Amino acid sequence: MDFNNKKNYLFNLGAVIIFFVILKLLMNGNVINRYYQGIIVFICINIIVAGSLNLTLGFLGQLALGHAGFMAVGAYSSALLSIYLRSLELPVIMHLGTALLFGGLISGIIGYLIGLPALRLRGDYLAIITLGFGEIIRVVINNLKFTGGAQGLSGIPKIANFTNAYWIAVVVLAFLYALIRSRHGRAIISIREDEIAAEAVGIDTVKYKALGFTISAFFAGIGGGLFAHYMAYLDPSIFNFMKSVEIVVIVVLGGMGSLTGTILASAVLTSLPELLRNFSEYRLLIYSFVLVVMMIFRPQGIFGTAEFSLKNLMSSPKGFMKKMKRDASGDDLNGGGK
Amino acid sequence: MIFIQQMINGLQIGSIYAVIALGYTMVYGIIKLINFAHGEVMMMGAYFAFLAASAGMPVWAVFLISMVGSALLGMAIERVAYKPLREAPRISALITAIGMSLFLQNLALVIFKADPKVMPRIIPTTPINIGSIQISNITIITFTVSVVFMILLTFFISKTKPGKAMRAVSEDKEAATLMGINANSTITLTFAIGSALAALGGILYALAYTQVAPTLGVLPGLKAFVAAVLGGIGIIPGAMIGGFILGFVETFAKAYISGRWADAIVFGILILVLSVKPTGILGKNVREKV
Amino acid sequence: MALLEVNGLTIKFGGLTAVDGFNINIEQNELVGLIGPNGAGKTTVFNMLTGVYLPTEGTINLDGKSVVGKKPYDIVEMGAARTFQNIRLFKELTVEDNVKIAYHNQMNYNLMQGLFRLPAFWKEESVAKENAMDLLDIFDMKMYANTLAKNLPYGKQRKLEIARALATKPKILMLDEPAAGMNPYETKELMETIHFIRDKFGIAILLIEHDMSLVMGICEKITVIDYGKIIARGVPEEIKSDPNVIKAYLGE
Repeated sequence: MDFNNKKNYLFNLGAVIIFFVILKLLMNGNVINRYYQGIIVFICINIIVAGSLNLTLGFLGQLALGHAGFMAVGAYSSALLSIYLRSLELPVIMHLGTALLFGGLISGIIGYLIGLPALRLRGDYLAIITLGFGEIIRVVINNLKFTGGAQGLSGIPKIANFTNAYWIAVVVLAFLYALIRSRHGRAIISIREDEIAAEAVGIDTVKYKALGFTISAFFAGIGGGLFAHYMAYLDPSIFNFMKSVEIVVIVVLGGMGSLTGTILASAVLTSLPELLRNFSEYRLLIYSFVLVVMMIFRPQGIFGTAEFSLKNLMSSPKGFMKKMKRDASGDDLNGGGK
Repeated sequence: MIFIQQMINGLQIGSIYAVIALGYTMVYGIIKLINFAHGEVMMMGAYFAFLAASAGMPVWAVFLISMVGSALLGMAIERVAYKPLREAPRISALITAIGMSLFLQNLALVIFKADPKVMPRIIPTTPINIGSIQISNITIITFTVSVVFMILLTFFISKTKPGKAMRAVSEDKEAATLMGINANSTITLTFAIGSALAALGGILYALAYTQVAPTLGVLPGLKAFVAAVLGGIGIIPGAMIGGFILGFVETFAKAYISGRWADAIVFGILILVLSVKPTGILGKNVREKV
Repeated sequence: MALLEVNGLTIKFGGLTAVDGFNINIEQNELVGLIGPNGAGKTTVFNMLTGVYLPTEGTINLDGKSVVGKKPYDIVEMGAARTFQNIRLFKELTVEDNVKIAYHNQMNYNLMQGLFRLPAFWKEESVAKENAMDLLDIFDMKMYANTLAKNLPYGKQRKLEIARALATKPKILMLDEPAAGMNPYETKELMETIHFIRDKFGIAILLIEHDMSLVMGICEKITVIDYGKIIARGVPEEIKSDPNVIKAYLGE
């Protein structure tokens, strides 16, 4: 693994900047109109939220079905702080940054509090608990006064735009990468692979489960906060069970344990319903149909656990394809045998 | 008096949850899949009943058509969507189930449109007065029919050959296959029975609320699922107990606390029970072999 | 004081006493065998020594400190590592990562240093990589560094599991039927490796086997249990001719 290759980082940063400039130019030239710009912002938000869920689902290997709940916590807490901050007339970056960090923090704290007892449960039971938690959060927000209740919360400063959404998504992804390729990330992944073996080599599984879950909630909160500042209006019914499902679907379709898969799936699944808008009535029917067919024919998702790497692609296209194929199919081309 | 009235209401909704929870638990027991489409099978069952009733069929035919139709639907779902994924990661199967649930919901939306249909009164409602308590005959019918089917199911599973095969396959599929049990047809049968029960729940639900809509299955489906987990998923008496508990909790929460908090209370109790007893009320703790 | 001192170790599952009054002393750098017929309670002993099960009664002292009631990962830090009868590798990860995960507790950089890629991260990661490679080299597995663990041949998987356990820098290594499922040639090679590890790393090894002949060749001391109780103890020669052992293995 070439993770300690600092050149690689610069290379990726360069690619990210170039991609940004291209998008920006296309927007200025109105090739990408305001409508599509909005879709791109939603893609960025979904990348953040689904990327964070991938930490729980793909790397920690725990099934969570209440991610929209964390998004809601982040969205509401950052929005409430943001409304309060408005009178200070801070520069946009500081205003948005403070609000998002606050949203992430509150969401992370709640994630930790829920994670400690919930993560004692395994598999489907954890799924149910997180599902239940997501529903409770929604009911609570619905019934509180200061969240605006069922009428929703309006008057949130609309300060999120394509530029800051793009870079926040880049930073979140960079952190997630840095995490999974560090000793802490390896500890998290070892729990997915075999919890008993992880304990047998000295991993404090309780601690690392809680850590993974908390970080996951933290970034989901940031994603939620960004959503709040782009919509400028929040309604508790947005963060329902369906929303949690949508996020899970992005992660699974992209490949659990593949962040680049999450990026691709976010882009496809966010724009697909928009592209199908002309078939409005059949839109969700087609969406669900594609989902089922996809799962039947490629249950490990588009990328499996493989990561797409620009540098590897450039330096050795053939070897790269081989490695991608191996990781995506879960087989090993040079190892042979099962 | 209000208390007894609420008890009766809880019994009615609880028996509906229990009947639906049975299907969840049976399917989970046999292929370890949370069949998210179960609530939608229930909804479809309600629509089948609506169609049959609108065509002026007698009560017994309405029940029969709805339950048989749903059983066929359940079998088809299993064959088309779940069977290919039996060896795939659990989460893929789960996503497929969620996809199936969305698909059926939107299919119903396209076919029947979003506006709720009024369920014909196939059984005329007549209130029965016992002292100062008023009970609808629908309540009594719901409770009776549910209990009869639960007894039939219990008998089927413990005494008949296919029922025993079902238990064997859920205990250990490979071993059951080696004993000459056809696991595939047993699984199909499980789906058929579970779906028929879901349809029964759907009809009773439609009778109670006199409406049928594409989203009808979502909430009862979710709650029946909670009921199944509460009782200990995969355990048949657990689903019944869980269903009734959930019915009572919900009705009492609505009556004595607040309707708006009822759902949060339901899930709160689930979380509470699972943190104390992680495998549900009747669940057994299994130790992982090291 | 012995490295590992176990006294009166007992565990009951419901009404069943799976292990009854087990005791053993293991000195530094000793190679000890624990044998017994299938179902005698050998793995249960291991599970108590490594914190997977909590004993009903008895004491376990590792290097003078009690491990009873400690979590498995704490016991690893105290110096006891183990392998499993039914190999438990991190299957979807590479051989290198399998070993690196076991170096976790020997690295000290914190979460922030890792996330921001501060110098401590780079330094410790490169040390870990070097160590992992050296360790794999000892087992002749360096060329498999990038292979997924699940794709290794069976014998190599066993070896990797041992390498991974060694990466935690144990004072005592506990191997649970390492030769299970191996052919005679692989078994012989494995036994040589075990001997070699003991000498090379200077650690104590406790080896579980149900096949008596395997341990006879390499263990200095052998303890035999049957139905959860110790029935014999001694050097291989004594064990071989012990009437209780013969009875346990061959039946009445």
